[in-house]
Amino acid sequence: MATQQIVEIEPEAGSRSGALTTRWQLDRRYLPVLGTLVVLVLMLVIGGSRYDNFLSGRVMANLLINNGFLIVLAVGMTFVILTGGIDLSVGAVVALSTCLSAWMFTRGWSAAVAIPASILVGTLIGYLVGLMVHVFEIQPFIATLAAMFLARGLCYLVAPESIPITDPTVVALSQTRWGSADGLVITPSGVIALVVVAVAFVLLHYTRFGRTVYAIGGNEQSARLMGLPVARTKVLVYVISGTCAGLGGFLFAVFSRSGYSLTGVGMELDAIAAVVIGGTLLTGGSGFVLGSVLGVAVLGLIQTIITFEGTLSSWWTKIVIGALLLVFVVLQRLLVVRRRSR
Amino acid sequence: MSADPTPSPATAPDEATLPGSPAQPRFSVGGLVRHRLFWPLVALVVLLVASVLKSPQFLQVTVLDGHLFGGPVDILRRSAVLLLVALGMTLVIATRGIDLSVGAVMAIAGAVALTQIATSPSPGSVTTVTTAILTALAVCLLVGVFNGFMVSVVGIQPIVATLVIMTAGRGIAMLITGGQITTVTSAPYKTLASGFWLGLPVAALIAAFFFAVTAAVTRRTALGVLIESVGINPTASRLAGVRARTIIWTVYVVCALFAGIAGILQSSNIMAADSNNAGLFIELDAILAVVIGGTSLAGGKFSLTGTLVGVLVITTLTLSITILGIPVSAVSLFKALVVIAVCLLQSPVVRRKMRARRRAQSAVPVEVAA
Repeated sequence: MATQQIVEIEPEAGSRSGALTTRWQLDRRYLPVLGTLVVLVLMLVIGGSRYDNFLSGRVMANLLINNGFLIVLAVGMTFVILTGGIDLSVGAVVALSTCLSAWMFTRGWSAAVAIPASILVGTLIGYLVGLMVHVFEIQPFIATLAAMFLARGLCYLVAPESIPITDPTVVALSQTRWGSADGLVITPSGVIALVVVAVAFVLLHYTRFGRTVYAIGGNEQSARLMGLPVARTKVLVYVISGTCAGLGGFLFAVFSRSGYSLTGVGMELDAIAAVVIGGTLLTGGSGFVLGSVLGVAVLGLIQTIITFEGTLSSWWTKIVIGALLLVFVVLQRLLVVRRRSR
Repeated sequence: MSADPTPSPATAPDEATLPGSPAQPRFSVGGLVRHRLFWPLVALVVLLVASVLKSPQFLQVTVLDGHLFGGPVDILRRSAVLLLVALGMTLVIATRGIDLSVGAVMAIAGAVALTQIATSPSPGSVTTVTTAILTALAVCLLVGVFNGFMVSVVGIQPIVATLVIMTAGRGIAMLITGGQITTVTSAPYKTLASGFWLGLPVAALIAAFFFAVTAAVTRRTALGVLIESVGINPTASRLAGVRARTIIWTVYVVCALFAGIAGILQSSNIMAADSNNAGLFIELDAILAVVIGGTSLAGGKFSLTGTLVGVLVITTLTLSITILGIPVSAVSLFKALVVIAVCLLQSPVVRRKMRARRRAQSAVPVEVAA
């Protein structure tokens, strides 16, 4: 994945480091992502040397199966964070989306209606957040916080208790496995997650919209003076994040086959952590979607290693994620300081 | 790369100073409506009136066993934890920062204190409880020093720097309690949250004491102005001779300490250290209280009174909902509606429109903001 990015020439306007550095030296912008990749490889090596069957296809396949929805959330979050914003509502929107689809299925609605509706509810909330941020100039933190409370509250109205999903389409989606017999399988959810990543990659790096996203994160004032559609883009990133959360909710419904109003509590933090570990600056303007995917993979691998270790208690997950965040954040800071001093 | 290395927020700085303009003693309806605490106070009154209409004895205060009982006393007692957290948060936000770790710090404080009491031979003695509380606060102090170091010395954005402890903190708390919910029976410790002194709940008195101390230290000395200057422009205040780094470091330490006290109160209330749920989402409530109180998230002018009003609004909202017979699970829905309403009314766009209307009415421009 990383080689793809390195081959790409000057994906960002205003970066002169690529032209000035010598050939063997990498563009600094890739360093955080490479750091994530190094950590990922290290974890794979350590895991592979400590436990049998760690480097098996089944473990890697499960990594994608268990974290498909998180990948989708992290992709949406990347867009928002690239513009310098933040979206705290995604966890609650995931819950709302699962609850809504579960509720619709109990009312006997067909999957052709329920699935799009559960995704569109995320789009709608994202649009509302975008309007609050853009039209009323409410800080993203507060606007998405309000959206989080709103979505969580609506969840309780829709589904006060856990609702099992028995819809044949969802059941079929959750049970389908494509792939070889040795465990290297892929689920429809995994395919959807990978498609989302691919679409986001193209959108961010090969379209005018993607350039504008980076430009706003770099300097909103300059972007506006350049005549870029700042307003439309800012609303659109929240719509994208909301839609991704809605889709993530649907994937989670497929994964858990139930709708429960308390699902996804704190999931927004996992998504933010994945994006930060993936090398995206929270100030905006710098980062890659594929980095966020690597971030999710790192988070998932921590979980896997702790499961394999067996004797380690679950709370070590939190401590390790915190420590990793710390390392990456300090690393990024050092990069920024060095860049400024050059 | 044109990313601005200084932590300048997306909003224009001149907007930031508007909401925090000092209260003008103007005795006109317009001035009253314009006051930044007008809408939050309206919300508070509406909530109280609705509660009284539903349950007429809500505002009655009775004396029972020499203690005061009733709705207002209950609101004060329940506000204590949130007020302590929000106080520290106000100072942090005034320096243009944010502290997401307060909930995790609360969990750590409760875990440290209760584990120590539970393992001591005499859990009921005052000495044990005092040592436990001091140890817990010392640990919180360390966390605050860490947060402050990350923000002021390393120069990491506050939201990310405190995200580290927010993620790892609950893990650390569970490490301390061994993944258990530690419970103790200790009369002195229980007094902190459930006791009464001079007829008033001890928890509320503790919170009021720290509120008064914070208000005195920030408003009777230059410290408050220095904090605001750091929040408005860190570089300029440093050039003017303000020790921006020390001040920023200090507010994070103070915030963590207050969160620690809140954590002790909270664990004393349930007499258990629940690392998973202690102070869960309290950072959001605290930030909300600060914002409702009119302190801008973009830093600068802050109002402790505003924060107090914000805390009372949130606590009353939670209490009123149970009184009005709405299921507790719908609290977050109402919280969302209140947040959206208050934020929209305080938003720059609406304020500008209201100001424009006032300008049209009076020929003399009313310039409130300095």
